[in-house]
Amino acid sequence: MPAPNHLLASLRARVDAIEGVKPKERARFALGHPGLDARLDGGLPLGRLHEVFAAQPEDQAAAIAFALVLAMQGGTGPVVWVRQDDAVKISGRLHPPGLVDLGFDPARLVEVLAPDEKALLRAAGDAVRCPDVALLLVEPGRAARTIDLTATRRLSVAAEASGVTVLLLRGSGEPAPSAAHSRWRIRAVPAVPLEADAPGHGTIDLTLLRHRGGIAEFSLTLEWNRDQFAFREPALSGAVVPLPAHRPAVA
Amino acid sequence: MRLAAVSAEGLSIGLAPGLTLADARARIPGVAVADADPYADALWLERIADGCDRYTPMVAIDGPNGLLLDISGAAHLFGDEAGLRTDLLARLDRLGMAARAVIADTPDAAHALARHGDDIGALPVAALELGSAETLALRRAGLKRIADLSARPSAPIAARFGEEATDRLARVTGARDIRISPRRPEAALVVERRFAEPIGHTDAALAAVEALATEAASILDARHRGGRRFEARLFRTDGLVRALRIETGLPTRDVPLLMRLFRERIDALDDPIDPGFGFDLVRLAVPRAEPLAPLQLALEGGTVAEDELARLIDRLSTRLGRDRVLRHAPQDAHIPEQASFAFPAAAPRTIGPWPASESGEPALRPVTLFDPPQRIQVIAGVPDGPPQRFQWRRAAHEVVRAEGPERIGALWWRRADNGGRTRDYYRVEDTHGRRFWLFRHGLYGRETAAPDWYLHGLFA
Repeated sequence: MPAPNHLLASLRARVDAIEGVKPKERARFALGHPGLDARLDGGLPLGRLHEVFAAQPEDQAAAIAFALVLAMQGGTGPVVWVRQDDAVKISGRLHPPGLVDLGFDPARLVEVLAPDEKALLRAAGDAVRCPDVALLLVEPGRAARTIDLTATRRLSVAAEASGVTVLLLRGSGEPAPSAAHSRWRIRAVPAVPLEADAPGHGTIDLTLLRHRGGIAEFSLTLEWNRDQFAFREPALSGAVVPLPAHRPAVA
Repeated sequence: MRLAAVSAEGLSIGLAPGLTLADARARIPGVAVADADPYADALWLERIADGCDRYTPMVAIDGPNGLLLDISGAAHLFGDEAGLRTDLLARLDRLGMAARAVIADTPDAAHALARHGDDIGALPVAALELGSAETLALRRAGLKRIADLSARPSAPIAARFGEEATDRLARVTGARDIRISPRRPEAALVVERRFAEPIGHTDAALAAVEALATEAASILDARHRGGRRFEARLFRTDGLVRALRIETGLPTRDVPLLMRLFRERIDALDDPIDPGFGFDLVRLAVPRAEPLAPLQLALEGGTVAEDELARLIDRLSTRLGRDRVLRHAPQDAHIPEQASFAFPAAAPRTIGPWPASESGEPALRPVTLFDPPQRIQVIAGVPDGPPQRFQWRRAAHEVVRAEGPERIGALWWRRADNGGRTRDYYRVEDTHGRRFWLFRHGLYGRETAAPDWYLHGLFA
């Protein structure tokens, strides 16, 4: 056998030449739950593009909250949130006291309102190249047609160059091909009730749909604890009816 | 319907403003009429006033059809006062405007002369623009001209025709000089460039702006100041002006940065810049400047740490508009939508601390808020009880858990009728685990018989 290792190595070198400079291995940030972070090999990498989907249009608020948690765990610098006017129409305007209630400091936030998708992508393209930005949130409207493989690839290449972590909040659309490093689907689930049957702490069901590092799909139900700045598993109590992991969308 | 304004030809054949349209049609069957549009007239007058900025920064709108220019110290740029007047009239003529321009010592004298005649003394008393009763009284007293009045002592005139008559008289004759208040405050710094041969390309005009920006930057540097606002005005030969305004969050005198913002501004324009027959004057004004210490570059090839985020905010504000790049600040108000306010990130301000949320509690305020709140159909067990089921965006939601009411009163002390309805807020969760913030508008029985329900926000 004429050294297949050698052949493989030369092939790798050629592929590397085509791909250009390999992005540096970035630091990771933990998401604040031991089980989740262990599955992700220590957390999500900074300076990459991550996609967050809502399972249903009504789950957009849960997806926003998950993105905010990532913003809190991924650094303390400025957060630029680019929102399309359509997105504001669908899920409402950001309410800073509510962000405080999740533990996020609104003083970090710069909100950019884009009238259409083209302006949204352009503003996102500018923001992702700004090294002062810690995290960029991009929230397109309902039918994001121009956010395709090319657009996401551009964003992720720029993110790798500048080190800005980008979160793309894609609403409840069908996952399209994209260059994202990881892809999540978020669904709101009933929270453990408090005294007097009051709605409890925000609880979400998160599913990792895709990961560049080859981590298999998994799903977890977690409750966000603002006081401890961490996710925790919702304490099962007798009052909660156990739910199947994947219920039909409409009961 | 009456005639509001008549052209010179119309006047010569006996038409006059105030004539009824039917009358005018009877006299001249083919008379061409158009609807009067005072708003468009005012806009047009504003544009002409913009164009007059080339003569002096002191321009004021005078009534619905007049402009006042304070040309003190500016006339020599056009030879003399008559030269300036000729230039102005020529430009207006090119725009197809019939205008009358006079030069006088005081604004009120100029105003009266432009409308009523050529010699102050010979002007009719109507030029004083008193009320119709006073004007009539003056005429009946045999005082027909300004000269008749100014020849007499003022005390008896004031006693008989009122204080205003003597005041107006003093102003029109030039005895009292009240300066005009210009349309825009004078800029901290203005640099301009005139072209004997008008430039017909926007790119060339931008190059001129760049040269001016460099000049302005060196002046600002010498003054240890940086501009916060910049305004480039491109004056067309026909008298119209195109203005480009940019604003930066931090004082600056960085020319490449300014040019980048100006290009952003041009890209964001709805209608492209039309050079027409060319620009013959380009002006760059810095209306607002703030202290900025001179920069020293580090010697060892270092660069000055720039505030990249501020630059990003400037670029986005220039492109999208400053109301679309926002920061949030807390506000001491109990009405949820007023608990915080958004302000343009391009105009930084110090933000107070956000009130801390209660530890151990779940989020009591939603992540997003609808503005205005969205009307929903609700079924509640009792009229003042928590909701049991509601319909939002054509989907039914079954309420499983609810907490409330959190009663939030109206701002009755701000209202003339001391009214306003109380809102009863409920934090609810539906079967799918989605959490909403609903409120009932008005207390059942006391404020309203059939309270409406609204969805105000979404929880995580």
